[in-house]
Amino acid sequence: MTARSLFIPITLLLVIAFLIGPFLIIVAASFSAGETLAFPPQGFSLRWIAKVFTVESFRASFGMSLFLAIGGTAAALVLGIPASYALSRYKLPGAEIVRTIVSAPIIVPGIIVGLALLRYIVVPFQVGITLALFLAHTALVLPYAVRVVSASLDNLRSDIEEAAVLLGSSRLGAFFRVVMPNIRGGIMSAFILGFVTSFNQVPVSLFLSGPGVRTLPVDMIAYMEIVFDPSVAALSSLLAFLSIGIVFIAERFLGFSRYV
Amino acid sequence: MSDASYLSLEKLTLAYGDSVAVANLDLDIRKGELIALLGPSGCGKTTTMRAIAGLLAVKSGHVRLDGADITRMPANKRAVGLMFQSYALFPHLSVYENVAFGLKLKGMRGTELETKVQSGLKSVGLSTFANRKPAELSGGQQQRVALARSMVMEPKVLLLDEPLSNLDARLRLEMRTELQRVQKETGVTMIFVTHDQAEALALADRIVVMKSGKIEQIGSPEDIYNRPTSSFVADFVGFENIFPLENGKMKTSAGLIDLSGKAPSAAGLAWRPRMVTLGTGPFQGTVRGTSFAGDAREYLLDTALGPIKAEVEASQPPHALGAGLTFDLPAEKAAPLSRFV
Ligand SMILES: Nc1ncnc2c1ncn2[C@@H]1O[C@H](COP(=O)(O)OP(=O)(O)OP(=O)(O)O)[C@@H](O)[C@H]1O
Ligand SMILES: [Mg+2]
Repeated sequence: MTARSLFIPITLLLVIAFLIGPFLIIVAASFSAGETLAFPPQGFSLRWIAKVFTVESFRASFGMSLFLAIGGTAAALVLGIPASYALSRYKLPGAEIVRTIVSAPIIVPGIIVGLALLRYIVVPFQVGITLALFLAHTALVLPYAVRVVSASLDNLRSDIEEAAVLLGSSRLGAFFRVVMPNIRGGIMSAFILGFVTSFNQVPVSLFLSGPGVRTLPVDMIAYMEIVFDPSVAALSSLLAFLSIGIVFIAERFLGFSRYV
Repeated sequence: MSDASYLSLEKLTLAYGDSVAVANLDLDIRKGELIALLGPSGCGKTTTMRAIAGLLAVKSGHVRLDGADITRMPANKRAVGLMFQSYALFPHLSVYENVAFGLKLKGMRGTELETKVQSGLKSVGLSTFANRKPAELSGGQQQRVALARSMVMEPKVLLLDEPLSNLDARLRLEMRTELQRVQKETGVTMIFVTHDQAEALALADRIVVMKSGKIEQIGSPEDIYNRPTSSFVADFVGFENIFPLENGKMKTSAGLIDLSGKAPSAAGLAWRPRMVTLGTGPFQGTVRGTSFAGDAREYLLDTALGPIKAEVEASQPPHALGAGLTFDLPAEKAAPLSRFV
């Protein structure tokens, strides 16, 4: 083999190592028997995995993250589906502007969104932290919802709605009878993408935490500042496997990658 | 309501924003009639159909159906069926569910529904495909499902927008016969749009020829084929030699020319290629092009009158390119045109 023909496989291996490496280190570290987060792990035990479930604040913040991921994504879809529909079916005068505004949160760094929300919404209007987090996560997920749902709407012919109307359905009825069932895959994919995005969100949530109200990733950072044991690694591994599991199932049953 | 106007369009004007697509259209259709809407692309055929179905708001004028003014009636209350060129089948529903869709919305359930859907499927020969999804059917089969889906609703009028244009030649012929059979069996009033004059001639009771948002001529297939009233219609149905008349003389690039025989008083005259007499006559031409069409041979002649197309039986001995020929345009064979545009 020449040096040239080795170049590509070696590059590939390096890329894989950088992508997968940290993940493998974390997984290995979570099975450590030692007292501190370290690699290579000292011995093997499941004690840190078990400990994750006993930390009170993890349970509370996991609940909060779950609520935000499910609630925020659901709210984003309730807003995003009609918005996508309007954007794809009607030639609205400001459609392009709306599209840009809706996708702004993807472009604007989360840290700015979080700061702006805190400074101009939460403080002046005395909005509760939980509500603020909920609004923030809804806004964060909305662009993904619009993008994924729009993609599947663009692939759906619009004349089937007219066909449904001529067969006696109302316009709204046609939406629920023939549009929704045909974009179900897109909606499910948007939900999963939104869920994962919201669940892993740090910068925005960092600004919006208060006494007893924290999302799980923010809570993990806070925990690590005080305690440096492998339970954070254990929790990370658990979350990673959860995400992988969800995406795997989604790909298997929905062809998830078609929409994203 | 008289029998002659089961469906009538009165001074119908349709527009997209400010651009008028159909202007002041008047049309009366009898119950049970099969009408073909014929015309070039962009002349307003689809627009007219969409207005009859209620999918496009009427700018001015009226649509009346079965004695009622339906101009402002919502599309889902009109009992007008429309078969889309794309079929517009519901991709998530089986063939059975597609056909049952409208009936269910009418509140039909149980064995009544089952019977009705099955007989609808049977009438288009798709009983064994009831559980398939539209994506698992051929184009012709999808077309049949769309037809059954519209027909089980027993619409007062069935509109078909280029129903056969997505099919290959053989299927086209098959579906053409199928449409005709369904129409005769059920007596449904039908309007179908087509680009294809052969299709219109073969199927329709009456043909409506449209041109830029207006009706150019209405008539039986024989009328349209043999007696076009304007140069536009004449050209559309294959009269390829068309000249204006002035004081009984033909106006050509070579000036005013007398014809053999007596010219009728008309605005223009039109000849099909096979109405041109080749080999004898007062005019002189050179063969510029020739093409063989099975039972006939077509010649394109360069003449002082301009280009002339002539057709003779293929059994006649062929003329070579560049050959000089005499020919005649017999006035008594020509179709007299009352309008020259
Ligand atoms: N949605 C639309 N918005 C604006 N103008 C339109 C729209 N649909 C059609 N038109 C215009 O209206 C006129 C009539 O169009 P229409 O679709 O009725 O033609 P058609 O006879 O059905 O043509 P084809 O044979 O190509 O289907 C055309 O000039 C077309 O450009
Ligand atoms: Mg059309």
